[in-house]
Amino acid sequence: MGNLQNNLFDIFYMDTLAYSKTWIHSLDPRAKVLTTLLFVGIVVSFGKYEISILIPFMLYPVVMITWANLPIIYLIKKMVLLMPFAFFIGIFNPLIDRDIILKINLTFISLIDIARFIDLTKFIEIMGLQNSTGVIEISGGWLSFFSIMIRFSLTVSAALILICTTGFDSICLALQKFRVPGPFIVQLMFLYRYMFVLIDEASRMVRARSLRTFDVDSKMRFSLFVPMIGQLLLRTLDRAQRIHLAMCCRGFDGHIQMIRKMKFGVSEVLFILGWSSVFIIFRLYNIPFNLGIFISKLY
Amino acid sequence: MSHHIVQADNLHYTYPDGTIGLDNINFKIHHGESVALVGSNGAGKSTLLLHLIGCLIPTKGDIRIGDYPLNKKNLKAVRRSTGMVFQDPDDQLFMPTVFDDVAFGLINLGVPESEIENQVIKALEIVGVPHLAKRSPHKLSGGEKRAVAIATVIATMPDILIMDEPSSNLDPASRRRLINLLKTFTHTKIIATHDLDMALEICERTIVLNKGDIIADGNTKELFHNEKLLAMSGLEKPLTMQGLR
Repeated sequence: MGNLQNNLFDIFYMDTLAYSKTWIHSLDPRAKVLTTLLFVGIVVSFGKYEISILIPFMLYPVVMITWANLPIIYLIKKMVLLMPFAFFIGIFNPLIDRDIILKINLTFISLIDIARFIDLTKFIEIMGLQNSTGVIEISGGWLSFFSIMIRFSLTVSAALILICTTGFDSICLALQKFRVPGPFIVQLMFLYRYMFVLIDEASRMVRARSLRTFDVDSKMRFSLFVPMIGQLLLRTLDRAQRIHLAMCCRGFDGHIQMIRKMKFGVSEVLFILGWSSVFIIFRLYNIPFNLGIFISKLY
Repeated sequence: MSHHIVQADNLHYTYPDGTIGLDNINFKIHHGESVALVGSNGAGKSTLLLHLIGCLIPTKGDIRIGDYPLNKKNLKAVRRSTGMVFQDPDDQLFMPTVFDDVAFGLINLGVPESEIENQVIKALEIVGVPHLAKRSPHKLSGGEKRAVAIATVIATMPDILIMDEPSSNLDPASRRRLINLLKTFTHTKIIATHDLDMALEICERTIVLNKGDIIADGNTKELFHNEKLLAMSGLEKPLTMQGLR
């Protein structure tokens, strides 16, 4: 229950962040939604073994967090919380895809130095990567796993930054302006509005149970969990019905309209153009690769 | 002014499971009247209110709201002239901000965009919470939520205000503010409540329900003096009349 309510306050905090007053916050939500969509679209457009080319995209979250003055530790915690989803999507890749597609020759003197410096050999051992005669062989599975994790970090951080700088309702409004179908917007808005009520309801039930089990640490039995979830569903249906009544009483006809003053001005256009050109450059040119070639030519 | 009357003729309602919700209800509420609807739990108060806004359709009998007999055809017109404040404000405040919530009804009524802001602020000022306009409903206190819920309804200027347990879950100060606020409204008011002290202050007329039937309808003070009637309908003399306040 503690966890449930802590999470509730955590979401409250995200809401509070959206009301900050930096220039990023004051941008039209449509500009931020578009840029985020473009960012996510481009990040997921790479092949499954790409890793190095994704690195420059870190620039976007880093710059946005700085400009919008967001608490980085908080965002990292949120990402870690979601990490298991991506982890379990990717973790089976190394088992299935065992073809070696990358070989790093550790006999090359500078690489051995680096390996010693950051204790890479131990890392290789732990990760189960094959290490024969100074050559690390990395299977396609591991590459795609890391690629998934990097993509996850990039896209989720972009989404979190969007919510923390724009607010959920403004995002819905922006989507509405982009002509996303009405029922979808209504669903999103209600999901956000009633998530708080649902968590509250669930935590009240859990509290009621824990007060009558008398044992603070007792875990909930599965046989009890099932009827409680059922009960929660019934309460939710009841509430949904009451909300629908309340909406009908005020003339709801399937569409929700909101009135907000929105201004798509020069700064919005510059914001979108600026970031999209950066993303396109990152997409077209493998910057880390070219940088590597450039540096190796220097020496 | 007879066009804001609320009239029930021989109203019956049976729930789909066979439970009798309302049984032969007859009353006529005139323009500007404040009527308390009292009775024990399960007496049929909420069922009756749901009939008045057309959410339940009577099994037998008729309801007339203002100029319209209540049927599916007239539902929109009826809902335009009635405003219902639900028992749980969380059911009523479904929009992302208080402003959007109060504006919701106005937009659906087709009020021009330029006037909406003024009317929203006016409604919020009436209930004394104009400063909450930009807040999210889920962050408000119980009293604030109730005030906003009332604002969402009065913004559309209904002729008839229907309220289900408006003083439940309020702290004494918020309850007092609510009572003072309701006293200033000139709308026809129908208030279902267990708070007999509030009923005594706001409503000159009371309808007592028992097992889906009206067992008394008359002057609030007189009815609340009738201890036998109160006991029969699961009620108790208001504290002010017991000399406890």
